[in-house]
Amino acid sequence: MKLAGARILLECLKLEGVDTVFGYPGGTVINIYDELYSFPDIRHILPRHEQAGVHAADGYARASGKVGVAIATSGPGATNTVTGIATAYMDSIPLVVITGQVPTALIGNDAFQEVDIIGITRPCTKHNFLVKNVKDLAGIVKKAFYIARTGRPGPVLIDLPKDVQVAVTEFKYPDKVDLRGYKPTVEGHPRQIEKAASMILAARKPVIYVGGGVVIANASDELREMADTLQAPVTTTLMGLGSFPEDSPNSLGLLGMHGTYYANMAVTECDLLVAVGARFDDRVTGKIPAFAPHAKIIHMDVDPTSIRKNVRVDLPIVGDVKDILARLGKVLEGNRDGVKSFHKNIKPWRTQIDDWKAKHPMGYKESSQAIKPQAVIRKLREISEPDAIIATDVGQHQMWTAQFFGFTRPRTLLSSGGLGTMGYGLPAAMGAQAAFPERQVIAVCGDGGFQMNLQELATLVQNRLPVKICVMNNNYLGMVRQWQELFFERRYSQTVMELPIDFVKLAEAFGAAGFTASKPEEVEETIRRGFATPGPVIMEFKIAREEKVLPMVPAGASLNEMVLAS
Amino acid sequence: MRHTITVLVENEFGVLSRVVGLFSGRGFNIDSLSVAPTHEESISRMTIVTRGDDQILEQITKHLNKLIDVIKVIDFTDESAIERELALIKVTAEDADRAEVLRIVDIFRANVIDVTPRSYTIEATGSPSKIDAILELLRPLGLKELVRTGPVAIGRGAKGWKG
Ligand SMILES: Cc1cc2nc3c(=O)[nH]c(=O)nc-3n(C[C@H](O)[C@H](O)[C@H](O)COP(=O)(O)OP(=O)(O)OC[C@H]3O[C@@H](n4cnc5c(N)ncnc54)[C@H](O)[C@@H]3O)c2cc1C
Ligand SMILES: Cc1ncc(C[n+]2csc(CCOP(=O)(O)OP(=O)(O)O)c2C)c(N)n1
Repeated sequence: MKLAGARILLECLKLEGVDTVFGYPGGTVINIYDELYSFPDIRHILPRHEQAGVHAADGYARASGKVGVAIATSGPGATNTVTGIATAYMDSIPLVVITGQVPTALIGNDAFQEVDIIGITRPCTKHNFLVKNVKDLAGIVKKAFYIARTGRPGPVLIDLPKDVQVAVTEFKYPDKVDLRGYKPTVEGHPRQIEKAASMILAARKPVIYVGGGVVIANASDELREMADTLQAPVTTTLMGLGSFPEDSPNSLGLLGMHGTYYANMAVTECDLLVAVGARFDDRVTGKIPAFAPHAKIIHMDVDPTSIRKNVRVDLPIVGDVKDILARLGKVLEGNRDGVKSFHKNIKPWRTQIDDWKAKHPMGYKESSQAIKPQAVIRKLREISEPDAIIATDVGQHQMWTAQFFGFTRPRTLLSSGGLGTMGYGLPAAMGAQAAFPERQVIAVCGDGGFQMNLQELATLVQNRLPVKICVMNNNYLGMVRQWQELFFERRYSQTVMELPIDFVKLAEAFGAAGFTASKPEEVEETIRRGFATPGPVIMEFKIAREEKVLPMVPAGASLNEMVLAS
Repeated sequence: MRHTITVLVENEFGVLSRVVGLFSGRGFNIDSLSVAPTHEESISRMTIVTRGDDQILEQITKHLNKLIDVIKVIDFTDESAIERELALIKVTAEDADRAEVLRIVDIFRANVIDVTPRSYTIEATGSPSKIDAILELLRPLGLKELVRTGPVAIGRGAKGWKG
């Protein structure tokens, strides 16, 4: 059947199983929008800004594990997607972003709304394509989805000139992708896995350091089984939270800059660090020479460039961690005696860790006067549903969420870790809610970041996406203020949000509901009312303004040099 | 340490920018780069001379391999490859110097490809060190202009890059 490019694109999306796209129309995608009428199975959500559209596709992808799809017009529409794309790129999130482009004959002519989005997004996409011929379109879409979701996932952009959308060709969706330059390694090398098993069993002070790769690989079960077999301590990065249940006695919680005392001490003192789908980010390592200085390091990662990028590695295993952990688990289970003596050998280490946990548990100073943000987060956990999805923005509230929520399930925390994009939280929650209309979805934002994409309240209301938004209002750009307090003699240059906003009225202006808590005793009531109210809700918590995120490892210090909560 | 890296890529729009962008974006050096299509229409071949310690070279080759359009990366470090470079050299040549220039050209088996009363333009090919050597000798006579292609490299022996 001969079809026009715009139609072909949507046929391909349908065949890829796409049920939701986040897009914004404009001159160079108007043909696609016109064809959309023929695709009732594709739900189109119109955000109020293309950046939010891409974050929503990203939230959809993180929550569901599927590829998120966003559409934008050429020029300003395309440039508005860049922050969203870079955010997804840094956290290895599979997206396909489709941008309109001026007709091929005009490319390079400074045509109206022309921008070289291929050039602009080259360093922040896994790959990108300019479609020059409608005959290539179906194959390119197929490749784009394949590249986005396989190996180390990431965003792929397809730039589609207007004339290619109009041009007609025979449509056939290829059933196979063959890219001779792209063959990600899935299976871990058996000999390396054997070696890993013997290194683990020989360890006296092991720590398993788990990252976002375990979430991406859907390998939580395999991880839990291995940790159960070994009874070894597990710490997770921000991106790994949820992949290992924090209520397990083996959990050390978060490590790194705002990690727990015991996780950071354990990493500093361990003799074996088993990194599983984690990339040794500088927020995690602190000063490199002082990072796990006594440890042998095993590093499992699907992306060879992650290995030995920041730290020396004694045993690299390239592959998908789901495969690697499953097979490593088998090898360990096959060696009962080894595991038994391992249990005996690590007893003193477990005692040591328990001592650290007892000495400096995660905590904060409670108050009867002011709302403590940590208390709000703990209340949220208590009252929310067990499978609730939490999207955060970036800043102090993000770290309090990471520290105090206690994640137990994968894909329930959506947070911009690598790029740290303020404005991410609300649209990401929106995307997650679109993926799971029946689940509870909560956005935790600061008052600063919330304002970076608050226009999406309109999208939530219009599309009946009942996201519950917690604004942790300290009237500061809190995380920056904290740095100014600690390292710049409390010179709060431009971090005071002078204008108090009436969040209740704001919610109402969009047709949503709003509630405010300004005293500790109002917190629980506000959350309950928020959850009980249908539709999107803003719950504002006027929190202790100068509360800090602690523990904190100052940037560039070593992990055991923590500023602790008093 | 200096490395010569051969990169076989899809002969597609934007591949050169991907490769160059990778080097600039990650702070890797490029000493020279040459690129042209191969006998297989769909494949182009780049030769990149770079430098860095082992850890950096490992990252460079891994990152190159990670590019979707890159088919194969070969890091020629040792004697396993033959490198050749072409240089075009415009040198001042007046009076007695004219004979001296010709003598040097002769020694290096180079060619004179353009002549004026006051200059010679020379074409020299060889390993990069041979080009360095001829330039050393010509420099005192007065170099007016120099263009080097940067080396291209090919593995020794009967095998092609596909084995
Ligand atoms: C204000 C702020 C403070 C922060 N503080 C902290 C902090 O205290 N502690 C902390 O941990 N982080 C913190 N972060 C986040 C930090 O910046 C990084 O985003 C995070 O540490 C990276 O997590 P990761 O190592 O799990 O890597 P990810 O970015 O999740 O990368 C995943 C890794 O797994 C690999 N991978 C992907 N898929 C697979 C697969 N299928 N199989 C195998 N491997 C795979 C990838 O190649 C990659 O190497 C903070 C961020 C912000 C904004
Ligand atoms: C787009 C963007 N701009 C600037 C920053 C730098 N930054 C990081 S945290 C932060 C403060 C965030 O303030 P707020 O949203 O109120 O949250 P809080 O830290 O108070 O919880 C800023 C400005 C950023 N991460 N992202």
